[in-house]
Amino acid sequence: MAAETLIDGAATERPRNGLLRAWTLLSAQRKAMAGGAIVLAFVFMAVFAPLIAPYAPTEQNVMDAMQGPSMAHWAGTDSFGQDILSRVFYGARSALWIGFASVALGLAVGVPLGVLAGLRGGRTEWGIMRLVDGLLAFPELIMAMAFMAVLGLGMANVIYALALSFVGPFARMVRADVLQVKARPFVEAARLMGVPERDVVLRHVLPNIISPILIQAGMRVSIAILLGSGLSFLGLGVVPPTPDWGLMIAEGRGFISMAPWMSGMPGIALAVLLIGLNLLAEGLRDALDPKTRGDR
Amino acid sequence: MATATLARPSGAPGFRRALGGIAQTLLVLWVVSVVSFLFLKFSPGDPVTVMLGSDFSKDSYDKLYRDLGLDLPLPTQYWHWLSRFVQGDWGTSYVSQQNIFEQAVLQALPVTLTLAGVSLLIALAVGIPLGVLAAVRRNSWIDLAASAVAIGGNAFPSFYLGVVLIWIFGVSLGWFPTMGFVAPWEDFGQGMWHLALPALTLGAWYVGLIAAVTRSSLLEVLEQPYMAAARARGEPEWRVIWVHGMRNVAMPLVTVIGLQLGGMLRGAVMTEVVFTLPGLGMMITNAVQTREYIVVQAGIMITALLFILVNFLVDQTYSILDPRLRRHGR
Repeated sequence: MAAETLIDGAATERPRNGLLRAWTLLSAQRKAMAGGAIVLAFVFMAVFAPLIAPYAPTEQNVMDAMQGPSMAHWAGTDSFGQDILSRVFYGARSALWIGFASVALGLAVGVPLGVLAGLRGGRTEWGIMRLVDGLLAFPELIMAMAFMAVLGLGMANVIYALALSFVGPFARMVRADVLQVKARPFVEAARLMGVPERDVVLRHVLPNIISPILIQAGMRVSIAILLGSGLSFLGLGVVPPTPDWGLMIAEGRGFISMAPWMSGMPGIALAVLLIGLNLLAEGLRDALDPKTRGDR
Repeated sequence: MATATLARPSGAPGFRRALGGIAQTLLVLWVVSVVSFLFLKFSPGDPVTVMLGSDFSKDSYDKLYRDLGLDLPLPTQYWHWLSRFVQGDWGTSYVSQQNIFEQAVLQALPVTLTLAGVSLLIALAVGIPLGVLAAVRRNSWIDLAASAVAIGGNAFPSFYLGVVLIWIFGVSLGWFPTMGFVAPWEDFGQGMWHLALPALTLGAWYVGLIAAVTRSSLLEVLEQPYMAAARARGEPEWRVIWVHGMRNVAMPLVTVIGLQLGGMLRGAVMTEVVFTLPGLGMMITNAVQTREYIVVQAGIMITALLFILVNFLVDQTYSILDPRLRRHGR
């Protein structure tokens, strides 16, 4: 949420042709590049998990249970004798899917709400914004937990629950940006020329608010992954035997002194992915946001 | 909420601003109460069946159904629920047979607040000096270390950090207890000893953030003319930084601490479960697992109220911390 204030403050001057400029600036950012490389490695892991994983993620071999890292099992095995490396690879799928799907869904609902509130004004705006205030009054994790209680466990419900908690922040930010863009002469000109509202939104408003949306979305992906694995860790998310890092850490917690690799391997994977995503998001922000550019 | 108030047109005097803030807060409270009420209404399961158990007659079902007021229209039910809620009559837990108000407000809330408070103190005590050092020695190794702490601390999942700390300091070295809560107001030493690992887990996440905000705001402040003026007056460097500089860092710091309360609560829930502390997070987690929606509802309400209260206070603090805002709004 801290990012909102940063973005609000900087929204007045923004690079014109967003994406291209973003890319050139982004490549100049070592931070973003390092983050991007980490994230790409995890995407690769997730996509090619069936090819690179040495075992099936749910293949149990009780004879080999709780073994330390060895040639046969590079990252050791868990209490069911499942290969941890394979489960970490497959776990990247669950983490990335939850992260990107929930943010995409949150954007799909939050951005139209924000645009509507910002453009229409009046009662529509008032109604939407009070609804958003109400949504934002609930801490994200508590809201997601309550939703899991009503919806039931499982990956799809984790995504819905997290998406819902992102609607508020996205809608509020987009509304603030739309209000600023709306006040600019070219939008007024387009309206006076009788350009239909739909085209005003698509051709004049959206292109000008895309970079703050991208920055915010980038930051939310890592929050979503953290929350998603947190829910699983609490036993309120993805259900076993799905390979999920949060679940694996929870399972390994009880064996921490005998088999630290059980929670260590997924824990490190999660931490590295989150660091990668944060670096990427920060680099993205530095590149797109003129206020912080040149710092560091 | 902070952003909404800030985005409002300027010129409103402090008093009217505060009044508007209160009105908006009340409105949010109302929305929150409606959402919480509907949450319980639409949660799966029939409260009558839950209360009666598996064996009951049609008559006793109908009687309890009416006694609970479930035959009344929704707005009436909402009103009844709200008036009971405001009076602290939150019902009885099916599982523990305990008064939910006592369970949530008198038992769980103090644990969570203590954990959050101690963690925040640790984070401020480490984060602010780190941020100042990073800003004053910009681009030195300490700046690099601070930014590494910021990125790492922010990204490292608190629940995994908790597991690691338990492993190292609890199990291997045996220095600290790995579970349980002792109230510091009953036994301060024991309380702090039990809180050490949980507070470190939760605080680590904040340290990076506080250091980063301190660094970037102080860098901005350092370029202001009044800093040069203070130096020109011959004030010692520590006074320039800690008095003239830090006064202007206070506001962004308060903002970030307030805005990140959601993160704090998120971390507290996880930390409580890792260290089995009987706080709100533990209460809500258990209630979700046992499908006890009435306790979940109490948890939602209480965290939302906490959230709203802190946001409101943060909003009000702006004008206290920065006198410039008092005169011409924002």
